[in-house]
Amino acid sequence: MPKSQPILTAYFDDPESHTLAHYRRRGGYQALEQAIRTLKPDQVTETVKASKLRGLGGAGFSTGMKWGFIPKDNPKPRYLVVNADEGEPGTFKDKWLMLKEPHTLIEGMLIASYAIGCRRAYIYIRGEYVRPLERLKGALEEATAAGLVGAPLFGSDHRLDVTIHVGAGAYICGEETALLTSLEGGKGFPKLKPPFPAVEGAFKCPTIVNNVETLCYVPHILQRGAEWFAALGGERFGGMRLFAVSGDVAAPGVYELPLTVTLRELLYQHAGGIRGGRGSTELKAVIPGGSSAPILTAAEIDVQMDFDSLAKAGTMGGSGAVIALSTDVDIVEALYNVTRFYHHESCGQCTPCREGTGWMDKLLARTLRGGAREGDFDNLVRIARNIIGNTICPLGDAAALPVMSYVGKFRSEFDAYLQRAQGAA
Amino acid sequence: MPKLTIDGREIEVEKGTRIIEAARAHGIYIPRYCYHPGLSIAGNCRMCLVEVEKAPKLMIACQTVCSDGMVVHTKSEKTKTAQAAILEFLLINHPLDCPVCDQAGECDLQNFYLDFGRYTPTFAEPKVKKRKAYPIGKHVILDSERCILCSRCVRFCEEITHTNELGIFDRGDHAELMLAPGQQLDNNYSGCTIDICPVGALTDREFRFQVRVWYLRAFNSICPGCSRGCNIEVHTNPTRPHHAGGERLVRIKPRFNPQVNRWWMCDLGRYGQTWVDSPERLALPLRVAGAGQQPCEWPAAAAAASELLRNARGKIGVIAGAQLANEDFFLAGKLLLDHLEAPAAAVGSFDKNARHDELLLEADKAPNRTGAAALGWDTSAGAERELLERAARGELKLLYVVGRDLVAEFGAELVEAALAKSAMIYQGPLANSTSGRAQMVLPAAAFAERDGTFTNSQKRVQLFLEAFPPFGESKADWEIFQLLAKALGESWDYRSSQEVFEELAKTAAEFAGMTYEIVGQQGAALKSARGDAALPEPDPAALDRRGRIPVAPWGSR
Repeated sequence: MPKSQPILTAYFDDPESHTLAHYRRRGGYQALEQAIRTLKPDQVTETVKASKLRGLGGAGFSTGMKWGFIPKDNPKPRYLVVNADEGEPGTFKDKWLMLKEPHTLIEGMLIASYAIGCRRAYIYIRGEYVRPLERLKGALEEATAAGLVGAPLFGSDHRLDVTIHVGAGAYICGEETALLTSLEGGKGFPKLKPPFPAVEGAFKCPTIVNNVETLCYVPHILQRGAEWFAALGGERFGGMRLFAVSGDVAAPGVYELPLTVTLRELLYQHAGGIRGGRGSTELKAVIPGGSSAPILTAAEIDVQMDFDSLAKAGTMGGSGAVIALSTDVDIVEALYNVTRFYHHESCGQCTPCREGTGWMDKLLARTLRGGAREGDFDNLVRIARNIIGNTICPLGDAAALPVMSYVGKFRSEFDAYLQRAQGAA
Repeated sequence: MPKLTIDGREIEVEKGTRIIEAARAHGIYIPRYCYHPGLSIAGNCRMCLVEVEKAPKLMIACQTVCSDGMVVHTKSEKTKTAQAAILEFLLINHPLDCPVCDQAGECDLQNFYLDFGRYTPTFAEPKVKKRKAYPIGKHVILDSERCILCSRCVRFCEEITHTNELGIFDRGDHAELMLAPGQQLDNNYSGCTIDICPVGALTDREFRFQVRVWYLRAFNSICPGCSRGCNIEVHTNPTRPHHAGGERLVRIKPRFNPQVNRWWMCDLGRYGQTWVDSPERLALPLRVAGAGQQPCEWPAAAAAASELLRNARGKIGVIAGAQLANEDFFLAGKLLLDHLEAPAAAVGSFDKNARHDELLLEADKAPNRTGAAALGWDTSAGAERELLERAARGELKLLYVVGRDLVAEFGAELVEAALAKSAMIYQGPLANSTSGRAQMVLPAAAFAERDGTFTNSQKRVQLFLEAFPPFGESKADWEIFQLLAKALGESWDYRSSQEVFEELAKTAAEFAGMTYEIVGQQGAALKSARGDAALPEPDPAALDRRGRIPVAPWGSR
């Protein structure tokens, strides 16, 4: 594997990386100027499309293609909304990007807004992210003072105003349509699709919602070329991404690596190998893409970390949050932890998720209390199966897929609870 | 126009039609809770999930628009599995209190469980506890544990009344329907939230615990509360008349009419008809004998009244209320104006500032002023006062008052002055301070006790049917006029209000060509409102008097 140069994380160790001066010194905002002076908006979109950049919030959809969905004939204003509501358990990459590279994000926004023809952008940031918010505000002030935000850019008539909107702590508001409802002042309920946000999003206007990290790669793609970025990846994906590695590893943290890296390499070469809470060095399982992702066993980690390979392995790339579980971990407890989270965070709008997450949570809680009954775990899988695909938004699937994979791959650990319960009775 | 296949049947639909409506139009019922044709699409209950070929997952039929070549399966294994799953999810936290729930019998959790559920329950966890028996308005009481959070009521208060009293608070399986802070559900359409609630979450405080709904029978009627003439069902309890404190008019529900009231009706109309069973109802004819009014039989009453009329020929003043039916106005006119040459017949006008709104409620609180005017009655403002003043000047010998309380409307002084110079016959369903001053009192049937037609403010003639027999010895107004006409030697022989209407339609140009079957269940416009447009096709089902078993939700099934 060729040694890859970090892109977004290259200056993470520099305490001044978040300042405009530092950003300018290393060529910041040049990509923006170059794009506006030399490219038409459609050419920017084409460049991003050609780079094979895919949405790094979780869904992995082609960013350039998404921008292209903005209807050309709709006279309404268009909006760019930055999804900085990083809430997927295990995920902490956007936090570091906002702390360390706020100007990269702003430049990415300015380029994206130029491409899609938008005058107003919103950054919807997770309420708990107090320090990233401060950094973002500081950077916006700098960019405004420098005439980059809120003023016509480089002799063109393109300008962008940016509003920061602070979320109130609901996980569901990271789902793009719920985020838009919340941004509009409503309760964080996902919207029915179609229409998709690009056609009818914030305030019923065409809207592009992009993840922080996704936008951060955009200036680099414009500066160094779509081919460069595409070449870092594989056939259907470009570039690198930030993996947030946590759990039972020796060196948890954010690792920026090409998507061609395997899960084994990520865990053992980059994250320092396995170290469990009680000292185990043996891997039991890995959650490869945030808590919503189906689990992989220790035998399944030779998978490449791009979206398609992980999908083929029955799981997903998701938000790039990798959580390692050593043999110190009880899988039933791990699943209960995840399930309880989705029960707590289900918005309650649609039936299968509202009722199903609570049911699964209660069933697992009873199991852990020693009350497992015959048929419980088949039933658990059946409940999960009845949620999947039947909900308004992906939260239902996110709650159900782990259940199916944990029970499916570690059934004996679940059955042990049943045997203990029957033994006690 | 897109062509699609639903359950093997090829169907052509208008562009933009949703699967749920396309299926319904062809007799295929897809179960639903949150969907209501009068409200926006919420898509939250997921009960209408159906299999659509080539779609990666099941689609909700309420939102999915039909497209050309689409193949939909509403009864496939996948669809059935999803339907049973949704029901199971909805029921895990639903209390098993059907035996004490008013919705039982017209509950779509019960109905759909039988039609689409029938799973073996496996839920072994404690249910979520929520607020119960919580009054949220004058007419509506909430049981949150029964609520399935379909948001129909919330959307109704947002989209139809624009009053926004309700919201869904908290989230997940603790989400709860509740009043917005500081609010009461006190808009004039609050009863509609009960109608559209598919389960027993919102129930009617008046109807609660009175009657099990399976004893009820529904009859088509028209609300007499204002000139809108909302189409309604009168629900009565023919087999257990002692229930509900003996009330015969047990409840009123709106009946769908896209031209008049859609699925809705106002609380004033819905809860304003309790007078039908009130103690003030007149049961027998009364006549002044000795110390005061004494009950008498109809033949004696007719004889006495006809005597009064005969003696006052040419000097009779008629003051009628516009709650009379078209048939009543027609025969009253024939008897009193034509035969007895009454010089004046006043219905009068209404207070244009009386309570009204932009949805349904009109300022004119009588259901048939348009009909009275179309039949030649004086509906100008002040017509009745003028008549009373003429009586007070001694120009009239007899006042024939139908369904009005002149004392309440014009004050005792003017009425006393009029009665000093003339006698009075009072005809109406209720005793009041005017009836107490009459020489003769003739008890009239209420709207729910007889057939008839009203003409609403849109000039739409609408049919109402007898839901239960007249109270006591009371009779329909047109029957009373016929009785008097016979006593005066006329050879009238109308056997029903339908026959009266047929003659009316031959006589009055506005009604030309109409019959009860043509008026039908949705009404027919007067000639002046219809122009050259044809009358509707006859609808014989409109005259089905057997009484239906009520089917909720009203008109949206």
